[in-house]
Amino acid sequence: MSTPMLQAEGVHKRFGDNEVLKGITLRVEPKEVMCLLGPSGSGKSTFLRCINHLESIDGGRLSVDGELVGYRQHGDKIYELRESEVARKRAEIGMVFQRFNLFPHMTAAGNVMEAPVHVKGTDRRAARAEAERLLTRVGLADKIDAYPAQLSGGQQQRVAIARALAMEPKLMLFDEPTSALDPELVGEVLEVMRQLAESGMTMVVVTHEIGFAREVGDTAVFMDGGVVVESGPPKEVFANPKHTRTQAFLSKVL
Amino acid sequence: MPPAETAAASAPENPEEIRAVPVRHPGRWVAAAIIVVIAVALARSVATNPRFQWGVVGDYLFAAPVEDGVLKTLELTFLAMVIGIVLGILLALMRLSANPLVSWASWLYIWLFRGTPVLVQILFWYNVAAVYPKITLGLPFLHANANDLITPFMAGLLALGLNEGAYMSEIVRAGIISVDEGQSEAAQALGMSRLQTMRRVVLPQAMRVIVPPTGNETISMLKTSSLVSVITVPELLFSVQQVYSRTYQTIPLLIVASIWYLAMTSVLSVGQYYLERRFGRGSSRNLPETPLQKLRRVVLTTRRQPAVVEAPEASEERR
Repeated sequence: MSTPMLQAEGVHKRFGDNEVLKGITLRVEPKEVMCLLGPSGSGKSTFLRCINHLESIDGGRLSVDGELVGYRQHGDKIYELRESEVARKRAEIGMVFQRFNLFPHMTAAGNVMEAPVHVKGTDRRAARAEAERLLTRVGLADKIDAYPAQLSGGQQQRVAIARALAMEPKLMLFDEPTSALDPELVGEVLEVMRQLAESGMTMVVVTHEIGFAREVGDTAVFMDGGVVVESGPPKEVFANPKHTRTQAFLSKVL
Repeated sequence: MPPAETAAASAPENPEEIRAVPVRHPGRWVAAAIIVVIAVALARSVATNPRFQWGVVGDYLFAAPVEDGVLKTLELTFLAMVIGIVLGILLALMRLSANPLVSWASWLYIWLFRGTPVLVQILFWYNVAAVYPKITLGLPFLHANANDLITPFMAGLLALGLNEGAYMSEIVRAGIISVDEGQSEAAQALGMSRLQTMRRVVLPQAMRVIVPPTGNETISMLKTSSLVSVITVPELLFSVQQVYSRTYQTIPLLIVASIWYLAMTSVLSVGQYYLERRFGRGSSRNLPETPLQKLRRVVLTTRRQPAVVEAPEASEERR
């Protein structure tokens, strides 16, 4: 059995007295697309942010590609990782945010080039060529030198995807990538994500787009109240939800 | 009546221009008249009162000691602002540090230097030799007599720069806080270190908030630097004081100083405008035209009125 790309075992997370994750256990194989669904406040975004250590976990084990996230285990002792080690691991995981979070003072190409040049030390000219290739791939060949403020929401989110891909990640995290978009712009972003999934990228997607989850997802995970309520192949979960909470949620969004 | 009919029919398509009798504003006329009368009286008095000694103003405007004073003022302002900005960034980062002692040290510094008058600080640094007659760096042979090291210029510079650091740190801190948290999250998710995130992503955006008040601080520093005349630093005010203590032409020489201060603050204001424009990049879709660009556009369009062949020039200007 190969190493899973992502493995969570009993992951706990607290904000003060508020326990947001109450023992999440799941597994994502390489090239798999997992969609996380659930009502807001269910902890799915928090879980996603734990995967690249934007939040640290309080209990359980979380590992990416066989290595613990944010910690190192030596014998039965666990050590916190240094900031530079955390950064190196983050560089291997791409993340796309709900609010795009593009750098507004850089052009589209500048956004895509930033991390390869300053984190990986790629030569500027090579990084620029790669940025042009990636922006063309997401359908923005004519917006290479545009600033984010000059782009629509859908275009900004596609630049954000290109920016994450520029680091050649082995895992891509999507935090409600279409929730801040006007309805007519959702399709263009989902299309790019669909192509990415087809190219064999391992993806964890927090989304409310049931259609996308059904067509592109290999696994659908329904979360509520900080626990995984139900998971399985999307067609089964959506057609025959076993749990009443899943049924109630799906009846509202479908 | 056919004419009336056609008028009514064509009205919605081509509405007649309104020629209404405008409302009168007698109050505005009275206010304008009063201002004009006062201005004329003032100008006449300033021009004709021989005690202003405009001839003396002209004689000293470009005199060597005055020009030296101007240069010293500029030097003092520039160096004090450099110290202030570097110190301000450092103190702001310390203030935002996770280490409570570091944050508290920064708070204490700001409390101390913002809470005492800058004139007192100037006098304090001028007299620092009374507290520390010898300044050592804890290394053998590396010590100096405080009176040799802390010249009046150094004392003035230290006082102005250290004081400015306290104000600048609050400006920088406000700028850093104004940048959306999602920006540093995105940078960290890409694997950037905290220093890279600050330098490449947060600070450039914070600049939009930091630059305008920093321009104000620079203009304010230019004027505040005149305070160091009390410790005999030969800047602009002290230079003219030196002249009028000899010649007793107090008023014309104070006018000379004022003209120079006004000229320098005016130049700084223009520089501030262009700096703000540069750091506004990306925050709006199109940058507003500079006055120069506006002038050029107006001149060009009025010269060849009907020409529509302006497109290449317009696109060039946008770059």
